[in-house]
Amino acid sequence: MSRYAAPGTDSALMSYQSRYDHWIGGTYVAPKQGGYFENPTPVTGQPFTEVARGTAEDVERAVEAAHEAAPAWGRTSPAERAQILNQIAQRMEAHLEELAVAETWENGKPVRETLAADIPLAIDHFRYFAGAIRAQEGSLSQLDEDTVAYHFHEPLGVVAQIIPWNFPILMAAWKLAPALAAGNAVVLKPAEQTPASLHYWMSLVADLLPPGVVNIVNGFGAEAGKPLASHPRVAKIAFTGETTTGRLIMQYASENLKPVTLELGGKSPNIFFEDVSDDADDFYDKALEGFTMFALNQGEVCTCPSRALIQRSHYRAFLEAGVARTEAIVQGNPLDTDTMVGAQASNDQLEKILSYLDIGRQEGARVLTGGTRAELGGELEGGYYVRPTVLEGSNDMRVFQEEIFGPVVSVTGFDDFDDAIRIANDTLYGLGAGVWTRDGSRAYRAGRAIQAGRVWTNCYHQYPAHAAFGGYKQSGIGRENHRMMLEHYQQTKNLLVSYDPKKAGLF
Amino acid sequence: MGAQGQRPAGDEGAVRDGPERVALTPAAAELLRTLTAKHGPLMFHQSGGCCDGSSPMCYGCGEFRTGASDVLLAELEVDGLAEPVPFWMSASQFARWSHTHLTVDVVRGRGSGFSLEAPEGVRFLIRSRLMER
Repeated sequence: MSRYAAPGTDSALMSYQSRYDHWIGGTYVAPKQGGYFENPTPVTGQPFTEVARGTAEDVERAVEAAHEAAPAWGRTSPAERAQILNQIAQRMEAHLEELAVAETWENGKPVRETLAADIPLAIDHFRYFAGAIRAQEGSLSQLDEDTVAYHFHEPLGVVAQIIPWNFPILMAAWKLAPALAAGNAVVLKPAEQTPASLHYWMSLVADLLPPGVVNIVNGFGAEAGKPLASHPRVAKIAFTGETTTGRLIMQYASENLKPVTLELGGKSPNIFFEDVSDDADDFYDKALEGFTMFALNQGEVCTCPSRALIQRSHYRAFLEAGVARTEAIVQGNPLDTDTMVGAQASNDQLEKILSYLDIGRQEGARVLTGGTRAELGGELEGGYYVRPTVLEGSNDMRVFQEEIFGPVVSVTGFDDFDDAIRIANDTLYGLGAGVWTRDGSRAYRAGRAIQAGRVWTNCYHQYPAHAAFGGYKQSGIGRENHRMMLEHYQQTKNLLVSYDPKKAGLF
Repeated sequence: MGAQGQRPAGDEGAVRDGPERVALTPAAAELLRTLTAKHGPLMFHQSGGCCDGSSPMCYGCGEFRTGASDVLLAELEVDGLAEPVPFWMSASQFARWSHTHLTVDVVRGRGSGFSLEAPEGVRFLIRSRLMER
């Protein structure tokens, strides 16, 4: 085990500034109204920096700066933009450990995840879209011998992006990389729980970007998010969060007839067919890891496999092994490289999870392991820790229907294929799902029958840049990742050209 | 009330006329008085989904447009406030929550979303119990 020193201490790899203003037009700008708010680390509950409290005036400045930058940025060649994205990736790679520690300190997630997943994935995202934009082609259609339709991709202009707190740097990369590759300027609002790590990222890459191409306005939804989402000079709004705010953002966007992409979460089923237990081999071991993936990132993942559906013929034995795997999870200081589960991102998040454990019990769910706050003591005393929890119940319980966003899985049994699909689809959401079976045909049929945007098949929680991610049903609108994302940040320009010297003959 | 004219007919009246479904803790009532003084009449819409899903979102009345897909669960009377605070939820979510009684409480924290209390360093939170049958 090794432990990274806490940011700001003597041997730390990185330190945060004591204050962050808004990043507008390539420089730091103090908030017009002069307000700041404290940013605590979930690791100990103690504040470590303060952040500008943005308002409509600050948003206005940022949108103006983005508009000043957007025309020249939109005219750069794909090769130039790709080179900048690659340079950003390279800079991040050179500072991977610092970024990992920064994100762990701000979000509470274990550093082994930020080192192995969050930051490497964010780096790869910039590289992927650097490649994708260079390979993207418009099209031409020969309509008749003398008439041609050309289709060009053009940037939208200035886009707004509102980032969630569960992956502060990776979720920003998901949105920034395609938007920048496509030639847009961005005004971005980080989550109010996790604004600082993105500023640390910006401190590493600011010199690579022309001023005004990326602007960061901090603040609260009601004060900074609303003026951004309802701004008439913003061409598109991208948001990751929950359903009520998603609807509100759509309402704001509708006032200006602007498009939105929304990623609003889910209640993802993870289905274990009986043949998983046919052998005690590597695949069985992998399936048990797949069951335990509910605890990844403390369950604070939109696609958390928070409903485990286990076929009744192997239910008891598989669940027992799953509980044992869960109990082997190492929980502790997120800066220890051995820690698998760290702190929840905020106190209200902790309280919400505990309130769900309460109603789960009242509804008759059995607590097979966990079920309480984790009191880790010492310097972690004030942090927000929950023990990984396995609940057993039925799909009509609240703990099966709402995303708890904590390290909590709700388990139930199913009889056969049709029963599995019925339960899997009995939810308002459709973001992710998992299917585990040794039968390729069954895996295919299940994957196609589940109403969700991504069905991990014999794996879970992989997020490669070259695979589309997004929701069915109330989980949202649009996709992220994959080169198709470029078109979410582009206009289509059609030139309809006649090369015929003769008139049409109508007049 | 700003949300007037948006109430669906349907079974929503039956929801309001039935047993109590939503209550406030004293701390939540106090916060509603504070927020009303700053922002005027208020409303709740219960969220679902990830991140800050499951949290009741508090807005200026009418800021969030309810429609035929929503159910009005309660009009919460708060001492000292002239207007009740309506509590809304999407009908599809209510179908899965209707067996539980909700109490709006307040905890320390910093939720994201556009809810008005976030800048105060506190967060509305739902505590639930089973409805009596």
